[in-house]
Amino acid sequence: MAQQKNLDGYVGFASLPNQVYRKSVKRGFEFTLMVVGESGLGKSTLINSLFLTDLYSAEYPGPSHRIKKTVQVEQSKVLIKEGGVQLLLTIVDTPGFGDAVDNSNCWQPIIDHIDSKFEDYLNSESRVNRRQMPDSRIHCCLYFIAPSGHGLKPLDIEFMKRLHEKVNVIPMIAKADTLTPEECQQFKKQIMREIQEHKIKIYEFPETDDEEENRLVKKIKDKLPLAVVGSNTIIEVNGKRVRGRQYPWGVAEVENSDHCDFTILRDMLIRTHMQDLKDVTNNVHYENYRSRKLAAVTYNGVDNNKAKGQLSTKSPLAQMEEERREHVAKMKKMEMEMEQVFEMKVKEKVQKLKDSEAELQRRHEQMKKNLEAQHKELEEKRRVFEEERVNWETQQRLEQQKLEASRTLDKNKKKGKIF
Amino acid sequence: MSESAKPHHPSPQGKGEKTHGGDFSYVGIDAILEQMRRKAMKQGFELNLMVVGQSGLGKSTLMNTLFKSKVSRNKSVQSDPEERIPKTVEIKSISHDVEEKGVRMKLTVIDTPGFGDQINNENCWQPIMKFINDQYEVYLQEEININRKKRIPDSRVHCCIYFIPPTGHCLRPLDVEFMSRLSKVVNIVPVIAKADTLTLEERGSFKQTIREELRANGIDVYPQKEFDEDAEDRMINDKIREMIPFAVVGSDQEYQVNGKRILGRKTKWGTIEVENVAHCEFAYLRDLLIRTHMQNIKDITGSIHYETYRVRRLNESNAHLISQPSDHPAGSLLQ
Repeated sequence: MAQQKNLDGYVGFASLPNQVYRKSVKRGFEFTLMVVGESGLGKSTLINSLFLTDLYSAEYPGPSHRIKKTVQVEQSKVLIKEGGVQLLLTIVDTPGFGDAVDNSNCWQPIIDHIDSKFEDYLNSESRVNRRQMPDSRIHCCLYFIAPSGHGLKPLDIEFMKRLHEKVNVIPMIAKADTLTPEECQQFKKQIMREIQEHKIKIYEFPETDDEEENRLVKKIKDKLPLAVVGSNTIIEVNGKRVRGRQYPWGVAEVENSDHCDFTILRDMLIRTHMQDLKDVTNNVHYENYRSRKLAAVTYNGVDNNKAKGQLSTKSPLAQMEEERREHVAKMKKMEMEMEQVFEMKVKEKVQKLKDSEAELQRRHEQMKKNLEAQHKELEEKRRVFEEERVNWETQQRLEQQKLEASRTLDKNKKKGKIF
Repeated sequence: MSESAKPHHPSPQGKGEKTHGGDFSYVGIDAILEQMRRKAMKQGFELNLMVVGQSGLGKSTLMNTLFKSKVSRNKSVQSDPEERIPKTVEIKSISHDVEEKGVRMKLTVIDTPGFGDQINNENCWQPIMKFINDQYEVYLQEEININRKKRIPDSRVHCCIYFIPPTGHCLRPLDVEFMSRLSKVVNIVPVIAKADTLTLEERGSFKQTIREELRANGIDVYPQKEFDEDAEDRMINDKIREMIPFAVVGSDQEYQVNGKRILGRKTKWGTIEVENVAHCEFAYLRDLLIRTHMQNIKDITGSIHYETYRVRRLNESNAHLISQPSDHPAGSLLQ
């Protein structure tokens, strides 16, 4: 353990934070935020209110035109500059979540997306040339709870249970101007009770050594989950221009902490805890993913359930040796099996060939016999034919003689007549 | 022929009413209204309302507001989370006998907890359709009985109030599916629940979108266009149809506003008055359901939805078919 030492003079490393600060300002920051919730809960409006930009501009088709059959995951990037610091903000939207009649597994595309971002980062981290490492991992997931006033829906509980180990989940009560203050209190208590009951680990604000900060953090913790109201329109109230929603009975102001917890959310998300969110994502969620993924790769083929989450006890080389031996043994076995099969097949083929040869031989004999029979028949026929021919010839000769005789008779008669 | 009917030609309706001593032109046929009223008051009315919607949309609160008393199911706030959202759709029916100015009514509120709350909501409308058809079946069995009761207890669902969540965008697939199936068997009145979420412009555009979607999907909600009897009805109903779905807010708590005690919701930025038509359309819904169209709703249920069911059923089960008496209203339908 290093001893603490007091310095005698001014060395100057107290300016280290400034150097870090200057460097990061030059580099700029990145932040990726995911919003999840049923359509119509005011997600787009809230994002616009949070960052005071029109990420979802008026031309962007509203959810009524974007009804999706399956859950999609859409990304939009915007570069915001303030006071010389630039922030590359990525908003990941999930239209279609919880909107269908059957919502089983509607969280799957979201989980796949988060994992794919982790995988991209893992790959870029494991590369040989690591100059450019863009960080597109999801740093925070804002989950919108519908303001029913009763409690969490089964869908909410399922979703949060599956995602609390992968990303920082911050649950929020959407459209909080539906609830009166008492209803809001009760609803919040109910939600926190249910979250604890189902052992859902939402994002926890870190304890610090600073008293001041601790008090602030405690105040925030009492108000979880935050009840927010978003608005894109600016209204005049008592001469002041505020963001709010105009009702016949009054104006609900977005930035008034009596009306809703929007300012707390904004301060927490952007002003105080953005860096912490990124750190937790990097140190906890990403590391979980990484160890799970790498352990699964090395324990290929063996019982994965046991190996998941645990690091291997043997050195990777010994493991590889063992694997190789196993593999070779397997190959040998397969080879033998194949040879057996091959022999069997050959025997079969040979047998078949013999059979067909015998068959052919038989047929050959048969045909020869047929041929001989036919030959004899033909001979017989020819003999008969010859006989007939001889008969016919003799007959013809006789006829010819007769004809000759009658003709000479006629000739003589004619001659005699003329005479 | 004399232009006035003499009082001493008795028409049965004239009995029991005071005779106008010197008025020879008054027969007293209109006194039948008084007799019907007295009979109705003695008999009382029955109304069966069904409320359908996801949990947390304020169905029970709205029922309590509508009838100004706690008529809906007992919601225990500290119930176990497991039993709060039932795994399948249940049908819970609660009856109350209410009385006002001598008129008695048996009001039954049929609640459907668990509708649309699950992750997979396929066929969550089936238990509801089965329930409605079962009620028709019970009535039918009673009706074709040989020894019938004098007054058949009417447990048929007269009206189904469907709660649409105030997303502000469009109808969800679940809403469309449910309403298209049920508008064929029961009168459906769609309402936008928790309307204090929407500003007036949002409300207007949401209603417009809903009306278009209902038209596009061929969903016929109450008041149905085809059952308007005459021009006057059509005019009234057209006005109502312009306002469907009603944007309602329910509340069972009273607050003091301008010296009056009214039902409302108190928030940090103002108090929403339930019965103020500038704030929400609860008053229109209440008028429609109770003050003006209640009898019409019951008639349509009895004469159209029930008859459709009956025709189908009797055609199916030829074995039960006894010969129809010719003056039976269904006989003309079958011809």
